[in-house]
Amino acid sequence: MLEVITTENARDMLGYIADKVIQQKPLLTEVDSAIGDGDHGIGMAGGMQKAKDKLMKQEGFDSVYKVFETAGKAMLMSMGGASGVIFGSLYLAGAKGMEIKSELTASDLAQMERKSLEAIKERGKAQPGDKTMVDALEPAVIAMENTCGEGLLEMLKAAEKAAEQGVEDSKQYVAKFGRAKSLMERAIGYQDAGATSVWLIFQGMREYVETH
Amino acid sequence: MKKIMNDADNVIEEMMEGFVSAHERYYEKHPDVNGVILKDRRKDKVALVIGGGSGHEPLFSGFVGKGLADAAACGNIFASPDPNTIYETACAVDEGKGVLFLYGNYAGDNMNFDMGEEFLNDDDIPTAHVRIWDDVASAPKERIEDRRGIAGDLFVLKVAGAACDAGLSLEEATVVTEKARDNTTSIGIATQPGQLPGLDKPIFELGEDEMEYGMGIHGEPGIERTKMRPADELTEILYKNLMEESDVSAGDEICVLVNSLGSTTLLELSIVYRRLKGLLDADGIKVYDADLNRYCTSQEMGGFSISFLKLDDELKKYYDAPCYCPYYAKEGK
Repeated sequence: MLEVITTENARDMLGYIADKVIQQKPLLTEVDSAIGDGDHGIGMAGGMQKAKDKLMKQEGFDSVYKVFETAGKAMLMSMGGASGVIFGSLYLAGAKGMEIKSELTASDLAQMERKSLEAIKERGKAQPGDKTMVDALEPAVIAMENTCGEGLLEMLKAAEKAAEQGVEDSKQYVAKFGRAKSLMERAIGYQDAGATSVWLIFQGMREYVETH
Repeated sequence: MKKIMNDADNVIEEMMEGFVSAHERYYEKHPDVNGVILKDRRKDKVALVIGGGSGHEPLFSGFVGKGLADAAACGNIFASPDPNTIYETACAVDEGKGVLFLYGNYAGDNMNFDMGEEFLNDDDIPTAHVRIWDDVASAPKERIEDRRGIAGDLFVLKVAGAACDAGLSLEEATVVTEKARDNTTSIGIATQPGQLPGLDKPIFELGEDEMEYGMGIHGEPGIERTKMRPADELTEILYKNLMEESDVSAGDEICVLVNSLGSTTLLELSIVYRRLKGLLDADGIKVYDADLNRYCTSQEMGGFSISFLKLDDELKKYYDAPCYCPYYAKEGK
């Protein structure tokens, strides 16, 4: 079980998350097809593959933030669609411009995710309850801030749980963005695909930290 | 659904390769990104860059041409191009007079084009954008900025292309383009779904004997789903809805586009136009030009949209300017 995340861990962990999301492509496609246009799984799997390829090609990162930045940039610059900007920013925005750090503590990670969340809300103009990935990300970030004193694994467990609850909560919302917006109250009962991806990403982090 | 394709993961790459190669007399592909670039461009003018998700061909890539767009930034199927594609494509056609971006008003496009513009601005390249929101069925007038862009793109693009070609400054070209956007309204119906390459199911379900008013070009739900009706009847309903939302009234001159979403035929579009012309005549609205075509598609989706461009002297001047691309041409007047 990891106590901190080194550059090597981060590279490995983001690769692990990429594999997980790629594996869950059918689930994301199914979730998105219900109320969106069904391309979220394809987009996320493609972006995650690009992020992983880029990370695996590069060695000798001096900063953990650089690892996240590299992965985020690869997604941002290849995916397109709303999810390219948003999920690219999830890795990129919190890490960009940070001082060099060879390992991140639980609290560093929580701060990074907070910075990403704020950038995503600003860029996408989305608030919790709008049936977007923010519905899972914001509670996960709050959970991280509340539990970062309890260690990396405990914090990620809390984040995963909060994100999962966020996915569940997204079912009751009317969509404010994207193609589901036109559905109005007909979108109620369906979970948001972006929120589902956030949950998978935090689940991946927790699994990696727990088993390494 | 049968589709002529190879591996679903390669559809965009293979489409771009074939498309640009077929039109190599006019086009070249950006070496690094999915941008379609006009080879023989007029210099010393604002660069007009259009773009959006692929899958709606010939929009956007097929509207790169003289008096039209200088380049198109192309995304994956139904997904906006990424900011780097937008940036690189625009850099390739920038002539030092700035870049005007024109695209449909969708969340993904807005975010990616905004970022692309920020990258250009970092390089001191001035930019502007006009988001097209012609689909009156997609949101009420009070929330016009929530409306989506559909086939009315064509009219806005025609005017923008001519305005840039005429040598207007970035600010002036933007104002003219915004006017064209504000004078363009559209509404459509869907009769059958299309299917995205690589997905097992069509993008929506619609009964054999059903149609849906106001459905979007990505299968966004519309206003009402009903039993299929005769062409005259549904044209009357669409006309009524469109007239309520546009500022067109007796004495006005308009351009009309009846656009097929994919599988609806020219035969059917002609039958729609026949009734539409009767309705416009009866209301004293003059048709300056009409076009029945397949410009903004959604794969093999069935259905059509009607778009109006309300003209004034300024817009007429730009509408009448000559333009040419492999999928659209005006001889000029």
